[in-house]
Amino acid sequence: MTGVLAVHTAYSVPVPLMDALQITVLVLVAAGATAVVLTRQPVRQVIVLSGYGLLLAILFMTFQAPDVTLSELTVGAVALPLLLLLALAKVRKKEE
Amino acid sequence: MTPAARRWAFLIAGAGLVAFYVWGLTGLPGFGQYPGPYGFVLNDVAVGQTKATAVVSAINFEYRGFDTVGEEFILFVAAAGVSTVLRHLRGERDRSTLDEALGRDALPTSDAVRMVALIFIGPTVVIAWYLALHAQTSPSGGFQGGVVLATAFILIYLSGQFLVFKRVSPVAITDAVEAVGAGGFACVGLSAVLLGLPYLTNDLSLGHTPGAIDSSGTIALISFFVGLEVAAAFVLIVGELLEQTLLIRQEDR
Repeated sequence: MTGVLAVHTAYSVPVPLMDALQITVLVLVAAGATAVVLTRQPVRQVIVLSGYGLLLAILFMTFQAPDVTLSELTVGAVALPLLLLLALAKVRKKEE
Repeated sequence: MTPAARRWAFLIAGAGLVAFYVWGLTGLPGFGQYPGPYGFVLNDVAVGQTKATAVVSAINFEYRGFDTVGEEFILFVAAAGVSTVLRHLRGERDRSTLDEALGRDALPTSDAVRMVALIFIGPTVVIAWYLALHAQTSPSGGFQGGVVLATAFILIYLSGQFLVFKRVSPVAITDAVEAVGAGGFACVGLSAVLLGLPYLTNDLSLGHTPGAIDSSGTIALISFFVGLEVAAAFVLIVGELLEQTLLIRQEDR
């Protein structure tokens, strides 16, 4: 990855810095996904998933897709965890 | 099947999968290498043709507008499906979970959560409408605006109670808004047909300045309708699920 995605404008971020940023975020996303899978307790897993959604949003931002970032931010970090939490609350109530 | 045989079956199948996967990966274009040509063509012509400086919106609501109508109705049908499956059946009576078992009900919301939620409701609504109404100028659009607007309603639920959430988003009104959003998009497309043009042709004035708020004709209008539809659909789905969780439906005896 040698700066092929860098766009040169008046606000350009230096290519090595952008590369470093993209690599860092990619590693974080891989770690985040692993953390989601390794979390065994459902409620905790939903919270980790929400953080993972946030990481994905940052990933899309560093790869210059701000519109996808906005969607991921609301759907991945808020809406999906909320729906899952509501489902968990319902299931738990039935078990009691 | 013995465990050993099962393991061999897995190893053979797994090796085949890995082989195919690696073979597929080697055929991909290099990282960041886009073979084209559509992206390059659109980058060159989109701003001139649609007067929208956000090329992604121009693609979503103009060049592949018909696909977006389909996606719009997928969400519409999904929301309709949720409210059909979770509907109030005849003879069912709602009961709050509060009287289920004393001492087992949810804890009251903390003041800190309420405060933060209250502070964020206003800005969230403003950002949502900003996003939904600036599809033509900057990276945003109806879908993004719509989901952000829906989170404002979730904040209302967090800052108050379920009853307040229901009061500000009664199902009848949410349903109507969702229908207006979905139908509005479809009607914008039909207006071109009435003029004798192909479906979803951009038949409004494109304006003069690319990226101005009044530029890009139907792109801005469609984005507005998509915003309404998406926000209403999400509020409807979340409301139905909240109702399922917070109320107990039991048969009337």
